[in-house]
Amino acid sequence: MQFGILTVGDVTPDPTTGRTPSERERIKAMVAIAEKAEEVGLDVFATGEHHNPPFVPSSPTTMLGWIAARTERIILSTSTTLITTNDPVKIAEDFAMLQHLADGRVDVMLGRGNTGPVYPWFGKDIRDGISLAVENYALLRRLWREDVVDWEGRFRTPLQSFTSTPRPLDGVPPFVWHGSIRSPEIAEQAAYYGDGFFHNNIFWPKDHTERMIDLYRTRYAHYGHGTPEQAIVGLGGQVFMRRNSKDAVREFRPYFDNAPVYGHGPSLEEFTAQTPLTVGTPEQVIEKTLSFRDYAGDYQRQLFLVDHAGLPLKTVLEQIDLLGEEVVPVLRHEFAKNRPADVPDAPTHASLLSAAEVTAQAEPAQS
Amino acid sequence: MEAITLAVVSAGLSQPSSTRLLADRLAEAVADRLTRAGREVRIEHVELRELAHPIADNLVTGFPGEPLPHAIDTVTGADAVIAVSPIFSASYSGLFKSFFDVLEQGALAGKPALLGATGGTARHSLALDHALRPLFAYLRAAVVPSAVFAASEDWASAEQNGLRLHIDRAADELVAVLLQQPARLRRPDAFADVVPFEQQLAALRLP
Repeated sequence: MQFGILTVGDVTPDPTTGRTPSERERIKAMVAIAEKAEEVGLDVFATGEHHNPPFVPSSPTTMLGWIAARTERIILSTSTTLITTNDPVKIAEDFAMLQHLADGRVDVMLGRGNTGPVYPWFGKDIRDGISLAVENYALLRRLWREDVVDWEGRFRTPLQSFTSTPRPLDGVPPFVWHGSIRSPEIAEQAAYYGDGFFHNNIFWPKDHTERMIDLYRTRYAHYGHGTPEQAIVGLGGQVFMRRNSKDAVREFRPYFDNAPVYGHGPSLEEFTAQTPLTVGTPEQVIEKTLSFRDYAGDYQRQLFLVDHAGLPLKTVLEQIDLLGEEVVPVLRHEFAKNRPADVPDAPTHASLLSAAEVTAQAEPAQS
Repeated sequence: MEAITLAVVSAGLSQPSSTRLLADRLAEAVADRLTRAGREVRIEHVELRELAHPIADNLVTGFPGEPLPHAIDTVTGADAVIAVSPIFSASYSGLFKSFFDVLEQGALAGKPALLGATGGTARHSLALDHALRPLFAYLRAAVVPSAVFAASEDWASAEQNGLRLHIDRAADELVAVLLQQPARLRRPDAFADVVPFEQQLAALRLP
């Protein structure tokens, strides 16, 4: 099982000091978070994509390329890459380029985005959101899998004799996760292709997350990719930890109360009772995270959000230290218990490459 | 035959509230008629005052926290909705609107509905037709032609001024709809009825 960090990339004033980091500071902080994640033994770093203030990560592959040069092992991913408003040709090119630079340590999570005006800013119509995700991804898949593509669709200018360069590393496209909070159509899309499905698991109560994952697993089996239990599931989660539960609550409360997404709404206590947010000791985070398996089944990837709501970098790095030193080792051990042997790990470049080689050997070369 | 369920949404703020009083009168009038027609009736009350915090939280977070999901399921799962709001500043109350704002789009489509409102004087009565009715038209509920307004004075002289008459007429209209209804409207379930992916792809294919 993979564990990692996902970041939204918001520039938010620290409510306890009123200080707002500069964009440069925030961007460098995101890099520091990725480096820390690798240092403490986490497996994945994923950045969001946004095209409006107060968010900085508009160019994820630029940032991930820089991080790739400064790390050795960690998988670089997104949370999410906008399949609706980005040109699928540019996604194909950018991520293939990143694959080569990062020696395959790359996958991508596709999403539709949640900011209405981004659609018109990029010349699209939000009412086409699902259709854009369907058509653009169908094209993206072909660009990565076919050397020469002729293509015509509804949303993009046609292509004749087009080759997306560079070709994917070793001929193996990056593994794709489809992220969606509430659209069954996207769970269906992920299942159809046998891709991964990621639920952010942060802003919805668990029964909703459970329905999305159940649908994805059922349809994954329906399309013949394996059993429902073998489908590739990822979850988000958000945590704030201190050695003492009361200290964690006291320190995090002003950040929670003023958080851009849920601040000034439910109390911290109500929100932690109803959603996966955990504010407490590492032991409490372990307990809550293990409970995700009760409704998601044995899953492949757990990403934590730890750097939002104006938390200072120093605090965020302490959180990642706690994750790496105390939480994740226990989670690895516990999640491995009673995990059926035929539940796969999340695909990586290495695993996809060896699967492709096995397939190539099984099929005799065309004469 | 299955019992007919009536969800009675009341946005009164005081206790006791004349809004709840009107809601009760409407619900009883409808239930009496259905019972006389040989149908079993289940009345489910949704008092919005008790849900004020979760409704506001839902606006902020985008999802319903406890105990709001139960109230939402009650309303969206009922055979008919009786919805009554006090008139504030020429319209339904903000709490009343906020509750309907947090329902999923299409949640009340085709749902038989009876509207009511209360106010200090009869001067506010047109808010029913100028505010509540357009809201429910947007929600695509099947609103019966008569809506009932009760001003403070109506509670003193229901016989003379026709409040009873209005309640009876509105109840007759809703019951007529409910008894004609062959079966409960089944809302499509986005999970159970997921559109197969080939169909999603085919819909985008160029001619």
